[in-house]
Amino acid sequence: MKACLRVCTAASCRSRGGASLQHSLSEAVARAGLEHGLRVKGVGCLGPCSDGPLLAMDADPKAQTQLYGSIPVADGAQLVASLMEAAAQHTLAHWCPAGGLRIDLNHPFFQLQRRLVLEHCGQIDPTSIEEALAAGAYRQLERVLQNNNPAAVIEQVRRSGLRGRGGAGYPTGLKWAAVAQMPGTEKVVVCNADEGDPGAFMDRTVLEGDPHTVLEGMAIAAHTVGASRGLIYVRAEYPLAIARLRTAIAAAQGHGWLGTAIAGSRCNFDVELRVGAGAYVCGEETALMQSIEGKRGMPRPRPPYPAERGVFGLPTLINNVETFANLPALLRLGLETYGRGTKVFSLTGHVRRSGVIEVPMGTSLRTVVETMGGGTPAGRSIKAVQTGGPSGGCVPAHQLDTPVDYESLQSLGTIMGSGGMVVMDDTTDMVDIARFFMAFSREESCGKCVPCRAGTVQLDNLLEQILDRRATPEDLEQLESLCRMVKDTSLCGLGQGAPRPVLSTLRHFRDDYLALVPVETRR
Amino acid sequence: MEPVSPTIPRKQRLATVWLAGCSGCHMSFLDLDEWLLELAQQADIVYSPVACDRKDYPAAVDICLVEGGVGNTDNLVLIQQVRANTTVLVSFGDCAVTANIPGMRNMLEGADPVLRRAYLELADGSGQRPHAPGIVPELLERVLPVHEVVPVDVYLPGCPPSASRIRAVVEPLLRGEWPELSGPDLIRFG
Amino acid sequence: MNLYSLRIDDHDVAIAADSTVLQAAQEASIAIPTLCFLEGLSAVAACRMCLVEVSGNDTLLPACITPVQEGMQVHTATPRLQDIRRTLIELLFTEGNHVCGICVANGHCELQNLAVEVGMDHSRLPYRFPDRHVDLSHPLFGMDHNRCVLCTRCVRVCDEVEGAHVWDVGWRGEHCRIIAGLEEPWGAVEACTHCGKCVEVCPTGALFHRGDTTDEKHSDPARLQALMQARQQQRWNP
Repeated sequence: MKACLRVCTAASCRSRGGASLQHSLSEAVARAGLEHGLRVKGVGCLGPCSDGPLLAMDADPKAQTQLYGSIPVADGAQLVASLMEAAAQHTLAHWCPAGGLRIDLNHPFFQLQRRLVLEHCGQIDPTSIEEALAAGAYRQLERVLQNNNPAAVIEQVRRSGLRGRGGAGYPTGLKWAAVAQMPGTEKVVVCNADEGDPGAFMDRTVLEGDPHTVLEGMAIAAHTVGASRGLIYVRAEYPLAIARLRTAIAAAQGHGWLGTAIAGSRCNFDVELRVGAGAYVCGEETALMQSIEGKRGMPRPRPPYPAERGVFGLPTLINNVETFANLPALLRLGLETYGRGTKVFSLTGHVRRSGVIEVPMGTSLRTVVETMGGGTPAGRSIKAVQTGGPSGGCVPAHQLDTPVDYESLQSLGTIMGSGGMVVMDDTTDMVDIARFFMAFSREESCGKCVPCRAGTVQLDNLLEQILDRRATPEDLEQLESLCRMVKDTSLCGLGQGAPRPVLSTLRHFRDDYLALVPVETRR
Repeated sequence: MEPVSPTIPRKQRLATVWLAGCSGCHMSFLDLDEWLLELAQQADIVYSPVACDRKDYPAAVDICLVEGGVGNTDNLVLIQQVRANTTVLVSFGDCAVTANIPGMRNMLEGADPVLRRAYLELADGSGQRPHAPGIVPELLERVLPVHEVVPVDVYLPGCPPSASRIRAVVEPLLRGEWPELSGPDLIRFG
Repeated sequence: MNLYSLRIDDHDVAIAADSTVLQAAQEASIAIPTLCFLEGLSAVAACRMCLVEVSGNDTLLPACITPVQEGMQVHTATPRLQDIRRTLIELLFTEGNHVCGICVANGHCELQNLAVEVGMDHSRLPYRFPDRHVDLSHPLFGMDHNRCVLCTRCVRVCDEVEGAHVWDVGWRGEHCRIIAGLEEPWGAVEACTHCGKCVEVCPTGALFHRGDTTDEKHSDPARLQALMQARQQQRWNP
């Protein structure tokens, strides 16, 4: 037999022993002398994190790929033995590791996905550039360099309608054009990998599973806007992503996909890593740039926009991980096939199957949460779905048919955000949720502007008062007006977005608040 | 609450109350000098530490100037009596409006650390905590501005508010009008 | 020189194209309240007091850094802005310990004046009474963090004008505070030249001359502007 066992070693499965599973399987295979017939490799995220640790098996010849979850990690030898026995008896198609479960790959969770960004994630060994190259990495970069027509690339990006995947949704083509038209040869491309929303782990998944696609996207961008220097700002809380990136950058340099005269062209582009120090606000682009420069991570007013004056005062293109990772797919498929593109979501909370999924833009929330995620665990109904993290809001259950796109979510008082999607069942107190996010924003405020620094504290205290049933209707009014004030007056997106979880829950779940305000109200 | 009707012919019933404050606002009140005689013609002073002997807060008071923050159990009882029996409650001076100097003890976070600091840590060796239930009122955990305890109708800031500022508030109230307070002469703290 | 004409409240203003809305308003003698802004220092747009409404723009813009545009219609004192400014001042009063009656800057304090200007006769938000400290380690000056509004004028004047960079901001959010050196006692920071510019530009009583007592601190930011002008024009004896 010839087969490959792919073990998920990304963060979630790793926390459940994925790495030791890989290790014990490799040892068992070596001890049994099966290296030539049975390959074991570590891969990035396989999708349904809630069922981890996950193991995929590609059996040759032409047996369908199988996915197994909840694998007991302790005994690799036993797993390999039972696998060999099944192979000998030609019952591989029905094999399942003892104690584990077989996951139906025909489930909508997999079938309704469209994997452009995550195409190679979970397939290739992220530490191997050879595997990435075999899967097509850097081919679009090569083509872009050969054609040497930056204007055409910008036009294609613009016409694709690709928008920033980090949360704000600014049209990527416009941003690229702005940087491209800046004079001078010293420009910088920055990849924002400071993913910090609670419940969001899309970028981590991409970086851990397929770092070369991000590097390729950055290099394409660099050639297009005329930059020679690249920086990836990644949060320190992602040690595995950092390790994978370091490996990938070194390998890409070794293979001539980064560095000078890339692929024999006149394009020079190199990438450095900058590791954040744990401040959420550094995901905001102007604060991020300050942090890269070694300064205190505080947002500064725009204009000047980074395109005019960014890192070290140079024209700077700054995009999110997922935005860059869209580029190779967009260029490979062409506008028509690429269509409206996709969005990667991390699906968590009260949902049967949580994990990372990539769906066509415009898929309804109901499809994602109920059909793909399987709804809430037994017996409960969905109350709301939170999107956009601490700057986002909640979509109530009766509006789950909303398509996930920038405008639809905005009209409901939330945002697409970076892709965190938290499902909440009917046991959830929405005031508690609002307080959680407000406490987060309070803690993460940089303290530069008054409304965010002092306003989030007052809002958090008001919410605490409400939760303690010490509030009056006047306090509720004050909560609402102070929310609007902080939203309208804060300097950066963190402060402007901080009141949104409160405003959105006040809008859709006012009864949750009223239930906490005592009836006899006059003090 | 409704504005006092300007047509009431009877003398207004005026009170002043002293909570957690230094009495400076009351001294400033006395600085009204000869206008106090006019005031006495227009109003009966029915309760006041500086102008009346009465020990219990009376009913049906029209206007009450409250000096000081709410800092102990006596203050708390009194301010509730004031609110229940007064038409127009004036937060009188910075201590009433902001907790001001008495409120500085709030930085020590709680009554116990305050008492420990004052009577033990800063004592000359033989310090002891005062304990006389029913005689010495207990400190509240924090000193609060009056409006954080009961609703307030008029704010008269100042440390202390000058006599002319006090008059600018009391005069219109006696006429049954709301005072219009703005500008540095009338609402500056300090 | 390229001129732009714009309308601020009821006034038509023509001003150099590289001006800010705040400069244009000053030109038209329209007072927009400011706190962190100080002529002669870089603008950081942090206090948000100078936010204005601009017709056709949904977002409020800080006048101190917003460039003028041809035909711009600016509204500086709408009821919405007035309520915002009062709330900002209440946020500042409640996050520190501002006891005007015993403050060195009483009567000469920009925060106190702004409270009057926005009509704050009391705070609708509760006072927080944070536990803050006083640094009296410097032989000439003192720093009372209770009175600090984090406008960062001291940080900027020391860095941009004196070139000593004694001050910076430490920590974050509600825990932010101005720090001397690497969070050392001010008196231990050798970089300090004892020039007193930080004291001079401080809008409140946070930075003061030792020995100043209640009401005695008179800051004069105009002296900074005179210095900047003298440096620019190389004229030291006006």
